[in-house]
Amino acid sequence: MSPAVLTAMQQGLQTCEACGLLSRPAHGADEGHCPRCAEELAFRKPGSLQRTWAFLIAAAVCYIPANMLPVLTTTTAAGAESDTILGGVVLLWSPTGWPLSLIVLIASVMIPIGKIVALVFLLVTVQRGSIKNNEQRIRLYRTVVFIGRWSMVDVFVDTFTAALVQLQPLMAVEPSSGLVFFAAVVVLTMLAAESFDPRLIWDATRSPEISHA
Amino acid sequence: MFNQPLSDASLIGCPHCDLLQRMPEVAPGESARCTRCDEELCRHHADSLQRTLALTIAAAILFVVANSVPMLGLTVVGREAFTTVFGGAEHLWSHGWQIVGALVLLTAVVAPGLQIGFMLMILIGARRDRAPRWVGTLLRHYPTVSTWSMIEVMILGVLVALIKIAEYAKVVPGVSLFVLGALVFLIAGIQSAFDPREVWNKVEWANTAEQQPVGERQITGARS
Repeated sequence: MSPAVLTAMQQGLQTCEACGLLSRPAHGADEGHCPRCAEELAFRKPGSLQRTWAFLIAAAVCYIPANMLPVLTTTTAAGAESDTILGGVVLLWSPTGWPLSLIVLIASVMIPIGKIVALVFLLVTVQRGSIKNNEQRIRLYRTVVFIGRWSMVDVFVDTFTAALVQLQPLMAVEPSSGLVFFAAVVVLTMLAAESFDPRLIWDATRSPEISHA
Repeated sequence: MFNQPLSDASLIGCPHCDLLQRMPEVAPGESARCTRCDEELCRHHADSLQRTLALTIAAAILFVVANSVPMLGLTVVGREAFTTVFGGAEHLWSHGWQIVGALVLLTAVVAPGLQIGFMLMILIGARRDRAPRWVGTLLRHYPTVSTWSMIEVMILGVLVALIKIAEYAKVVPGVSLFVLGALVFLIAGIQSAFDPREVWNKVEWANTAEQQPVGERQITGARS
């Protein structure tokens, strides 16, 4: 390795996100195609910050109805009853059922809001040109990507409960409007994490300032 | 317009921090990590493609079984109900919840099916010394497909639903649930055994003029 820490971008090189090949764009060009796999190349994901912000704001907006509106409606002979996500958590909470309740609470309430907060933090620090805590910030990003899919759990719970509990006229369970917003939150936060370019975390760092260990 | 490849194929940029570095020769069982951000840059598995192929064939068989037999059912006061994975999505779709139904279908059936199918075709295509271009196309889209394939999440969801329903009805876990449980481990095995670099080294280049000799690194003329 050369003594100075250099990024591919500083050397005018682009890494293919699909196949990992490093290549040099045509003279003066910012974009090109990977000679190996034909993927479109750029130094950084185009419009990464704007796209991530857009998905995040949309997710935050959907998060409110996702938690306020009921996700399931149970119809029995005694009448109809609607449950929100938090209501379902409370309903499941019992001396034997609490681990289950905790799974739903973590996957459906805490992970989505945690993802939104974490990505906003990453966006703000990148936009302020922060050079601090890069290692922690990249770890945070990896955690967000790794954990995000698990908030889909509640969508599956409600889907299969509704598909199975069709015992008219005894009892029937149907989804409610909150489920659509909740599904939107999951998809939008996953898209937000995908559009964020983690290399931006390191870009504010000037090469002479770090001595790699 | 195609970019110009470098003469030194061992130079790489870290996908998570863009640090320019040289990929060392990695022995089987070892991995290389970025010196700055600790991202795993590659992991060399002995016999990667053969092992992945074995796991993928098994996964394909289990996937077909898992989607053709009931996944869970319930009995209450003499009445029985059963549903399959597909049945869950279909129920939502036909009851006015098309968006959520489509999402469930995508993440529980379509994406896992494509993931296994893509991998099978990639591995079969890569059995030749020089893999055709479509292998590269499939491999390019494989990460997207696997991001949206959520069988392990679905299993957790089904288990939670089972326990919820068990409060007022007798639940019957179907064969499919156990098959899906095994499938989760096979897919995890595929993800960890598969070494995409080995396939990329064989794939015919999009820019055919730049195709480099298979299995040979050009070290001469290295310059960073």
